[in-house]
Amino acid sequence: MITVDGIHKSFGKVHAVRGVSFQAPDGKITGLLGPNGAGKSTTLRVLYTVLKPDQGSANIDGADVVKDSLAARKKIGALPHGAGLYPHLSARENIAYYANLCAIDKSEIDDRVASIISLLEIEDFADRRTKGFSQGQRTKVSLARALVHDPQNVILDEPSNGLDVMATRSLRRLILKLKDAGRCVLFSSHVMQEVAALCDDICIIANGQVAIDDSVAGIRERTGEEDLEEAFVTAIKLVGVEE
Amino acid sequence: MRTFLTVFFKEILDNIRDRRTLTSALIMGPIFGPVLFAFVINMSIDRALDDAENMMELPVIGEQHAPNLMRFLESRNIDIIAGPAEPDGAAEAVKSGAHDVVLVVPAEFGEQLADTIPARVALYSDEANSQGEKEARRARNALQAYNQQLAAIRLSARGINPRVLSPINVDDIDVSTPSGRSAMLLGMMSYFFIFALLMGGMYLAIDTTAGERERGSLEPLLSLPVTRGQLILGKIMAACVFMAASLLLSLLSFYVVLKFMPLEKLGMTPNFGLPVVAAAFFLLLPFILLGASLMTLVASFTKSYKEAQTWLSAVLIAPTLPILIVSILTLRPQLEFMFVPSLSQHLILVDMVKNEPLNGLHIAISVVSTLAIGVLLTWVCARLYRREGLLG
Repeated sequence: MITVDGIHKSFGKVHAVRGVSFQAPDGKITGLLGPNGAGKSTTLRVLYTVLKPDQGSANIDGADVVKDSLAARKKIGALPHGAGLYPHLSARENIAYYANLCAIDKSEIDDRVASIISLLEIEDFADRRTKGFSQGQRTKVSLARALVHDPQNVILDEPSNGLDVMATRSLRRLILKLKDAGRCVLFSSHVMQEVAALCDDICIIANGQVAIDDSVAGIRERTGEEDLEEAFVTAIKLVGVEE
Repeated sequence: MRTFLTVFFKEILDNIRDRRTLTSALIMGPIFGPVLFAFVINMSIDRALDDAENMMELPVIGEQHAPNLMRFLESRNIDIIAGPAEPDGAAEAVKSGAHDVVLVVPAEFGEQLADTIPARVALYSDEANSQGEKEARRARNALQAYNQQLAAIRLSARGINPRVLSPINVDDIDVSTPSGRSAMLLGMMSYFFIFALLMGGMYLAIDTTAGERERGSLEPLLSLPVTRGQLILGKIMAACVFMAASLLLSLLSFYVVLKFMPLEKLGMTPNFGLPVVAAAFFLLLPFILLGASLMTLVASFTKSYKEAQTWLSAVLIAPTLPILIVSILTLRPQLEFMFVPSLSQHLILVDMVKNEPLNGLHIAISVVSTLAIGVLLTWVCARLYRREGLLG
């Protein structure tokens, strides 16, 4: 479970996040939806502890991301936006490296890596060096290494970026599997349809603030728009962003 | 500890597979120095042999006007060849590079000589051309000798002992030993070792921050349940291993090159056997940590891989400065110099090569101060690795 409570973050003069609060409960998929530059990535980066909020707090299963960041990191698996691999290592070695860093028992590492490789269906290129991998292959490997330690909370920053239809589908299946296993999944996107197809809860943010935080049905109801795209546009206008 | 070891071994594996790192660590650094060195030494040997009287060709215009002078020059291993056909062509021939030196003997030379008027000859050369300058010097020396010989004959003819013309006779006595003479030339060697060891770790140092960031692998790495101190320590230590390998290779390649260089022709016998190679390795070992942390530190402030490369080339040159200053001022090793990394290693290494007794206190200060600075810089790197700005 991820709890975000009124976080603010500025970069110089740019006030990127202005008091974002929401919750992402276990066993549910929470979507962070917003236009480009809305503050989605910044919010997620605070959650996987590479940024510190200027104000407010956030915790992962009770572990504060600032005061107890190591404990918080233990409970998450994160896929940052545009995550890169080590080109001279094979996909398997990339995943095993993270497994080792996550302090998985040495005797279990080979099995864990093999099982995540089969879960993500990357056996075909698992033993090739990742140099020259396609965007989709890279994303799958990045996802595999983020999940190799079987984290309770999964944070994915625009995971479907650059994926083709087949890869997007398998990503969707994976996210649903994680949900069924009782995990807390939080992912960001700027595509309403994608979020609507998957998420139990949607938190629409724009201009660094939360516009609406509700279920798909709730968003339709509150914006009075049946069409999801229109609902999204209406929602972001609530926090003063013009089309 | 496990995090540290995991990072360490991954960096080693990653970089062994990286052709760029491998080239710079195992080929560029270790080979560049010895090759340049062999080149310079060979040139000095060539020059030394040139000075030892081997044949030199001297184009002369009007040789028929001074047959005795020509014979004298030939006796000094100077081969007289015909110069440009027209007497005014001498300057042009030297300027155009057709000849390095041209001697012009005017028609009135014999007459002036007979009348004991200073007889004029003209020597054309281009002082900006080092080969020409050398040949001109040799021709001038020969002419000077002929001049003295004639003067002596004239004095004898007038019943005066020619020795009255040399009231003072200077004897040059060089007290330098063959090892000592080598040290002057081999002084540049220590820089090559430092250069090689820095080259060995350069790409790893860049990769720690700028490289990981540019590849997009830094953020996922930092989101793992590990402390950043262990990450950076693993990376710096991996860089140290490559730097040590690079240093060892460059020491060994120097050892091999020196074996095959005819240094004795220059009157040099450097003390650079395997025991000195081993001693030099341990002497330079503390500099590795300093170099690795310094490069990591500099790279961490840069925005991109390219920018890091630019800045690190400056780091490659920095250790030469103290060495250069001390070489120009020809300062002897002093206690306070031992606190300066690169300088202390240079001075001790020169003493080793000169086969002079080593000062234990100097070595101790060099090792301890270099190590201390290295540890301090590593600590600063670890602190800076916690900054948010790291993500760029």
